[in-house]
Amino acid sequence: MSGTPASNTAPTLPRLGPVGTARFVWRQLTSMRTALFLLLLLAVAAVPGSVLPQRGINAGQVSAYLQAHPTLGPWLDRIGGFDVYSSVWFSAIYLLLFVSLVGCVLPRTRQHLRAITAPPPPAPRRFERLPVHRRVELDADPAPTLQAAQAALRSRHYRLLVAALPDGGHEVSAERGRLRETGNLVFHLSLVLLLVAVAAGHLLGWRGDVIVPVGATFSDAAANFDTIDPGPWVNTENLPPFSVSVRSMTVRFDEQATGSLRGAPREFQADVTSTAAPGARERPFVISVNHPLQLDGAKVYLLGNGYAPVITVRDAKGQVLYSDATPFLPQDGNYTSVGVVKVAGAQPQQIGLNGLFLPTVAFSAGKLPVSIFPDDKNPALALMVFVGNLGDSPSVYTLDQRTMSPVKNPDGSPVRLLLSPGQQVDLPGGRGSVTFERVERFAGLSVRHDPGRVWALFASIAAMVGLSLSLFVPRRRVFLRARPVLGDDGVRRTVVEVAALARGEDTGLDDELDRLLRALDPPHRQPTLQEAPA
Amino acid sequence: MSVNETLANYSNLLLYSAMASYTGAFLGYTMDLAGGAARAERSTALAAAPRELAMVGAGEAAVGYERAGGADVPVRVRRKSAAIAVSLTVLALLLHVAAVVLRGLSVQRPPWGNMYEFATAGSAVVTLVFLAALRWRDLRYLGTFVIGPVLLTLGLAVTVLYTQAGQLVPSLKSVWLAIHVSVAFISSALFTIAFSLTILYLVQDRRERQAGANGVPPRSFMDAIPAARELDLVAYRLHAVAFPLWTFTLVAGAIWAENAWGRYWGWDPKEVWTFVIWVVYAGYLHARATRGWQGRKAAVVALVGYGCILFNFLVVNIYIVGLHSYAGVG
Ligand code: HEM
Repeated sequence: MSGTPASNTAPTLPRLGPVGTARFVWRQLTSMRTALFLLLLLAVAAVPGSVLPQRGINAGQVSAYLQAHPTLGPWLDRIGGFDVYSSVWFSAIYLLLFVSLVGCVLPRTRQHLRAITAPPPPAPRRFERLPVHRRVELDADPAPTLQAAQAALRSRHYRLLVAALPDGGHEVSAERGRLRETGNLVFHLSLVLLLVAVAAGHLLGWRGDVIVPVGATFSDAAANFDTIDPGPWVNTENLPPFSVSVRSMTVRFDEQATGSLRGAPREFQADVTSTAAPGARERPFVISVNHPLQLDGAKVYLLGNGYAPVITVRDAKGQVLYSDATPFLPQDGNYTSVGVVKVAGAQPQQIGLNGLFLPTVAFSAGKLPVSIFPDDKNPALALMVFVGNLGDSPSVYTLDQRTMSPVKNPDGSPVRLLLSPGQQVDLPGGRGSVTFERVERFAGLSVRHDPGRVWALFASIAAMVGLSLSLFVPRRRVFLRARPVLGDDGVRRTVVEVAALARGEDTGLDDELDRLLRALDPPHRQPTLQEAPA
Repeated sequence: MSVNETLANYSNLLLYSAMASYTGAFLGYTMDLAGGAARAERSTALAAAPRELAMVGAGEAAVGYERAGGADVPVRVRRKSAAIAVSLTVLALLLHVAAVVLRGLSVQRPPWGNMYEFATAGSAVVTLVFLAALRWRDLRYLGTFVIGPVLLTLGLAVTVLYTQAGQLVPSLKSVWLAIHVSVAFISSALFTIAFSLTILYLVQDRRERQAGANGVPPRSFMDAIPAARELDLVAYRLHAVAFPLWTFTLVAGAIWAENAWGRYWGWDPKEVWTFVIWVVYAGYLHARATRGWQGRKAAVVALVGYGCILFNFLVVNIYIVGLHSYAGVG
């Protein structure tokens, strides 16, 4: 040992050099211990995303959270707290895990391919060293004993290697269960394929959401969606040219239940017709919640529904300025819905109506009317009237309050209109009239294309098959040595020694040896047990 | 389709009867454990070979064979209270299953559409899996630690989680409700029993190590329970069956989500926790193959996994809002 201080502080670290260091790091990264650490880390890292609101799921909740937590919020935002599953740290963990996985599994695959064709290894000299072993003496010749042993092992799918011993005896080594390792490798490699499929879906897939009132038609083009979320490699010019018309909607809510289940949704269905391309044949279909419409290159899901009251606005002369089924977005379980009517053609100022649609309205003194049931049993529209400049706000569901001002009553309170179907009221100040013609429903459709989907399914199934093989196929080696002996009574006997060894946890080794010994000498005598405690 | 209230009420009655029967079974298993210490004294240590035990079917004579350590001679031991407990468990399960079936008939759908129904149907599967496991090995010593949690779950179900019989929300109307959820039940039931075993393993392991220091382990009901190594192995076998089933639950859930919501994976809180549970148990299986992690450390990973299952059921279902919010509690 050298006495220099330097070697005292770091006595165990040899100099590695860059290549050596790289190899050292690689070996660490692909070790079982690192894999385990990364797995547990991945589990921990996934948790915050279930507690904090996530942009990818509900951006509105994130804004609300940021408003409620003005100090903590931005700080969490900076470290990706609201985009956990696309954050740098989450991605780093799973990418490292998969690098480790590939680095670990590829060499094992190479090794396994070589081992698959190799014969079983020769029997060890001392069977006592193996986890289970037995020794019996049989009143039989070695030759039939050996044959019976081989037949018994073959019938249990063992591969055999038989060797003659110098003293006239024979040795059998047997091995089975290569499928265990095959399954394990298939499982791990399928996880890689799964990751690739998910990535492909993300890069090449797209999703668009659109609200389609009953009677209206949606044509698949990026501009027609309310929102569209294309993957980075998607050209939204080239969406498949299908169209979907909503003919009618069937919506049912629970009227029988009381308490919190009252009004719970029970059935949503949209009767549609679709065409694969302009001019193609129309095909009818019923979309419901677990029953999407499958079109060439995309699937159409019914993910939402609500009301689109048909509203008509006329000017003072009775000329129609606006008449449309106008979607109002439901805000709660009783479908209290908010919406906006923008009358751009009104003179001299543009008119905006902003308010609530209440499918089953109820009044209580001194309070705003509310909806008490989601079905349209007693519908009402409650609107406020704004005038000014509508601007060019892209959202059809909000009015720009900076350029519009509410129309007021003589006493200074804002004008509120309350209409039931068929009712028409005049706007104050000779601005014309508003008519609530009737109630229609709308379908909230989501159109989705994901080319990785099928591959992800394939990878998952392969992973499950591999996993089951890996956990349930026992991988065992059995060794047998049969030697002739001449007893004191001059009878020729056979001494049989057997031993077994398993890879991984295996509680069936004892049984395996019992079975083998029974096959050698069906009603054989109680074997001389020489089992050592494990 | 309407709800048949009469059937729903009968279902509740049956459930209370099942709970009474479970309570009797629980007492039986516990008495058996208490008697176990005395038994162990008589026959020295229990050998770690319970597969040699002749299984006692429900209602049959209460006789088992226990192999005394070392000697290969079966010792006949009567375990009367254990046999009564098994019979009562079978009776309780019949009542329990009848309650679940009537609930299903009353609403004409699979009876697992809200947390009350999850808890009652899921705990029936725990008992069923336990009785099935009894045919594989003599695990009657586990009865206290399996029927106890089942009773606790049912108590929670009828008090806190109770929800009146009702129809399903549309997204639950799918064959995948039957497939995905029933496999999740079986898997969770196996994890539950494996969890009890893992705790017993840790306790037994501690006792054995203490015994190493001062000779004989302190006498307790743990004498009636197999050696730590055996407990560890049985727990592993159960985990190894539960894990692929949980994998299937995860995959089936993804297929269903793709059908219902247009994406197979969206990091919804319930999905996150199903994934976390899967990863933690994958960690457990890994740990058993990692040097330095076998034994107690791996066992702790398994306990964390079960903690995640409980969190998923009790906290995520009730307090965290997501697409999967069907708890119906309240
Ligand atoms: C995405 C990450 C991974 C997951 C989810 C995962 C999961 C699993 C599971 C569930 C098992 C037990 C079932 C079986 O025996 O096949 C297992 C076994 C195994 N894994 Fe992984 N693994 C991952 C990454 C890795 C990595 C990076 C390595 C290499 C260091 C690795 C090496 C092994 C080995 C050697 C076994 C066999 C253990 C035995 O003999 O029982 N795994 N893995």
